[in-house]
Amino acid sequence: MSNNTNIEDLKHIRNLMERSSKFLSLSGLSGISAGTLALVGAAVAYFVLLKQGAVKYDEHMNATGNNPVFGIRLQLALLAGTVLICAVCAAWYFSLHKAKKAGLKLWTVATRRTLYHFMIPLIAGGIFCIAMALNNNIHLVASAMLVFYGLALVNSGKFTVDEVHYLGICEIILGLAAGFFLNYGLLFWAAGFGVLHILYGIRMYNKYDRK
Amino acid sequence: MKNIISGLNKLFDSRIRLGIMATLSVNDNLAFNTLKELLDITDGNLASHLKALEKNGLIEVSKRFIERKPNTTYSITAAGKCLFEQHLNALERLINPE
Repeated sequence: MSNNTNIEDLKHIRNLMERSSKFLSLSGLSGISAGTLALVGAAVAYFVLLKQGAVKYDEHMNATGNNPVFGIRLQLALLAGTVLICAVCAAWYFSLHKAKKAGLKLWTVATRRTLYHFMIPLIAGGIFCIAMALNNNIHLVASAMLVFYGLALVNSGKFTVDEVHYLGICEIILGLAAGFFLNYGLLFWAAGFGVLHILYGIRMYNKYDRK
Repeated sequence: MKNIISGLNKLFDSRIRLGIMATLSVNDNLAFNTLKELLDITDGNLASHLKALEKNGLIEVSKRFIERKPNTTYSITAAGKCLFEQHLNALERLINPE
């Protein structure tokens, strides 16, 4: 056996180990698109729904029960849901594109494992936030969403590229900060779901996608 | 030189077997179809290599039914992991002899 065969063998082994155990098709463009959508959503929330702050979205305003507050909260929730769905679709599209380009399948054991570990904290956090909102504890929802999202990223980071782990830690820190500085929920969301995703996406794109 | 060669295992001569061992060493268990996809080979080819590895006690097979469909999964044994690591070390030593 020549040395070249050995080197080829080792390369082949390394590649298979990584490909079979890690979800590597996540595209940097997914992060950039999700971040951009989040910023657009935040802008719509601020300028259209809250009329540039003329309408006070007061996270302290618990149990006032008057209709305008409820209406605005509902509109904000619908907006957030729309942004989320668009972001997930965009992430899926760009990842599918990346997998195809590399001649790989997107829906693999590694993908399922990553998603599974991602969904556990995320679903727990989502239900917890609904419980808080229903109990009129709206003021900590922004914080909790960021914290649980960060935990989901850290949890799934073991099964994908390392950057996801660090993005998760940043989201957790931001979420905890949002818990102390109430009433800046929208700002923290724009930073966490918008700015951080874009920074992360650019880094991922430069490191893995541009070849 | 003798040492280096003794570390290389005859069982891992084929690249497909190396591939099987590599993927199983980083996954708890894998289904037959997943292995087939990862290694991009035919059923018969994969089955014969799996059989050889199983016969030598390097991998374990577990068969069960999921919704009445047979589902066969493979996992690496302790002995298999040990031999595979020895083989990798031997390969590395061949490439970077000190």
